[in-house]
Amino acid sequence: MLIEIDDLSVTFGKGRDAVQAVRGVSFAVPARESYGIVGESGSGKSTILRAICGMAPVTGGAIRIDGQVLPKRRSLAFSRRIQMVFQDPYASLHPKRSVDATLAEPLAIHRMAGRDERVVRAMQDVGLDPRFRFRFPHQLSGGQRQRVVIARALMLEPEILLLDEPTSALDASVQAEVLNLLSRLREERALTYLMVSHDLAVIDHMCDRLAVMKDGRVVEELDRAALAGGGAREPYTQALFKASEHETT
Amino acid sequence: MNVLRREWLLDPNPASRAQARAGQFYLGWLRLIRNPLAVIGLVIIALLIVMAVFAPVIAPYDPIAQNLQGRLQPPLSGGHLLGTDEFGRDIFSRIVYGSRVTLYIVLLVTLTAPVFGLVVGTVAGYFGGWVDTVLMRLTDIFLAFPRLILALAFVAALGPGIGNAILAIALTAWPPYARVARAETLTVRNSDYIAAVQLQGAGAGRILARHIAPMCVPSVIIRVTLDMAGIILTAAGLGFLGLGAQPPMPEWGLMISTGRKFMFDQWWVAAMPGLAIFIVSLGFNLLGDGLRDVLDPRSSGR
Amino acid sequence: MSLLEVENLRVAFDTESGPVEAVRGISFGVDRERVAIVGESGSGKSVTGRSILRLVRPPGRVEADTMRFDGQDLLALSERRMRAIRGQRIAMVMQDPKFALNPVMTIGDQMTEGLRHRERMGRRKATAKAIDMLAAVQIRDGARVMRAYPHEMSGGMGQRVMIAMMLIPDPDLLIADEPTSALDVTVQAEVLAILDDLVKERGMGLIFISHDLRLVSRFCDRVLVMYLGQIVERLDARDLDAAQHPYTRGLLNCLPSIGGERGALPVLQREASWAECQDGEERSC
Repeated sequence: MLIEIDDLSVTFGKGRDAVQAVRGVSFAVPARESYGIVGESGSGKSTILRAICGMAPVTGGAIRIDGQVLPKRRSLAFSRRIQMVFQDPYASLHPKRSVDATLAEPLAIHRMAGRDERVVRAMQDVGLDPRFRFRFPHQLSGGQRQRVVIARALMLEPEILLLDEPTSALDASVQAEVLNLLSRLREERALTYLMVSHDLAVIDHMCDRLAVMKDGRVVEELDRAALAGGGAREPYTQALFKASEHETT
Repeated sequence: MNVLRREWLLDPNPASRAQARAGQFYLGWLRLIRNPLAVIGLVIIALLIVMAVFAPVIAPYDPIAQNLQGRLQPPLSGGHLLGTDEFGRDIFSRIVYGSRVTLYIVLLVTLTAPVFGLVVGTVAGYFGGWVDTVLMRLTDIFLAFPRLILALAFVAALGPGIGNAILAIALTAWPPYARVARAETLTVRNSDYIAAVQLQGAGAGRILARHIAPMCVPSVIIRVTLDMAGIILTAAGLGFLGLGAQPPMPEWGLMISTGRKFMFDQWWVAAMPGLAIFIVSLGFNLLGDGLRDVLDPRSSGR
Repeated sequence: MSLLEVENLRVAFDTESGPVEAVRGISFGVDRERVAIVGESGSGKSVTGRSILRLVRPPGRVEADTMRFDGQDLLALSERRMRAIRGQRIAMVMQDPKFALNPVMTIGDQMTEGLRHRERMGRRKATAKAIDMLAAVQIRDGARVMRAYPHEMSGGMGQRVMIAMMLIPDPDLLIADEPTSALDVTVQAEVLAILDDLVKERGMGLIFISHDLRLVSRFCDRVLVMYLGQIVERLDARDLDAAQHPYTRGLLNCLPSIGGERGALPVLQREASWAECQDGEERSC
């Protein structure tokens, strides 16, 4: 198993104001699988991704990558194995740094050479015109920004990509392009995806297995075939399925 | 070859970092000059700079040459545009040379206080915890110092002079910038783009210098231009008290101070430098207001 | 005579690099029915909604050959008379209640504000009316909600409060700008059902602005599809699958569906010709 989440709990705040965002969640993702977590707002799904990145206060359980428990402070080596694609392309790119600066930064941090070629190649890989290289985020459309975010995540050539609602902030037509891009990249680079979304149709399209979360707990875990065949057992999963149904043709 | 033409600047696909930055600057410039008041402020500041740089060319007389026979001449008399002071020195020339002193004060304070405040504010905001507490209490201490008292203390210790006056002003001017920078940092620190670069393994130094500070700079710039009026007035006030510039330096505040004695009969000796201070302060204020519209997050948002 | 008649609406924003045309000559009419305006970002749909209420401020410019509400020319009205129409006769529900409700006033104060100031209703009577309205949007413990602040509400609750607040003056036309986009999918259905009932009950006209084509087809009577500031197709909601324009078809086909194919999703290929003059029905270019 590449990613193992073992009875993970995340609590924000202390004492009376403590909020348990994640309560005893466990699941495992083998290498090269695409695993989805679906849930509504407040379900704790995004918090799990942040916990893996060391950005959420873990109060119980363990996170293991390739069998090894993650240390308190994430190392540089960690950033070369796991990267994240964020939800809001407007908020996840520094407004005052050009595409070139954003993409070259991880290379500079890790002292990797060949900045020019790598940046141009990364842009081409995600379908961005290399002429946009010195544009600023506000000069790009939502879809183009999200491509930059994906390119940035892939600069360090990680094996695992955490995707936090990667298409929620995009228009429907752009979403299709970005989802196709993500599928292609996963195949080409043999990546492992852990994807979070509130959209059951997107998760179903992109993932092999999925977990349904509500109020910080995993309600049900199932695979694609079971979901499509109406094999959801829990009432919450069924309700989610029904509400998402209007998207089906 | 890149020519600084409008099309080159507005090119939607800049071919280099330099072209991209120049283009953004140009757009900001266009936005600024749409505001007529900001243009007035800009013109005033530009005139100040021109006056300071070309003082020897512009000033008709030597600012410290005395002519006791022609003392206290009214404006527009005998070749003196703004009259002469109690030593017969041409007031207009003194004001022109005095702009150098004003600019010197402005530049020195601008290069020290905001930079220091920015560093303190961003570090405090980013690290939080006891670092934040210690730095903010330090800020409070300096904020509580009245400038004049501090300047008096410096003068007592180090002797009077414009340099010491500037030091005193800078030491009491930085706290507001620290506060502004800290507030901005607290807003920015939890953004996704900071999380992204942290996830890439960036250290605190890199994040503060390249990611957080650039977001605080606009607010600090605006604050500086608006404070500039106050700083000039404080320097003038110190000069007025004899704590800053020393005679015969043509510093505007000092000119007002010495001109006090003749206020009733020869009003121009004090009023002319006073008018100069008023116009320059107004210029900075107008520019600051205009900059606020340009540098606001709108330009970095959608 | 239609409730709302709009002919050749044009909205442009003057930026330092030249004018940006958000809406490029659209014409439509709304009666006491539910009309959807669907488009993606940049289509001009939200700007259209705001122009009807004259909420577009300089540097935006709104021009139209006709913009008539119940016979009155909206563009010719003074600001004072427009204020009498805004909120009273045409109301607007926006996307995120967190941003549309005043965070420092209680819900009760906000809901009764209009009644107490405009209609000079007494506090007790206004409160009773507000609680009635909350019950109409299926908020049962209205008295408690009245004392709460907006940030204490969940998304769905906040949106229902918004709807209640906007419907208190009993408007004739409601413009809903992506009212359910910020809500969880299970809550969306509830809120839409409530909106549907209220609109039918009161015989209001509804303009539903959204990016979700399938959602509006279930909820509205007619659909107007916008692209780059123009209306590219007009349909009855039930005829959605028979859409002609390639943009509409592309929009319908590009969504993933549960149990659908794993392969690449069909992607919308944008044609330059779509940006040219459209809308052959009502205007000739």
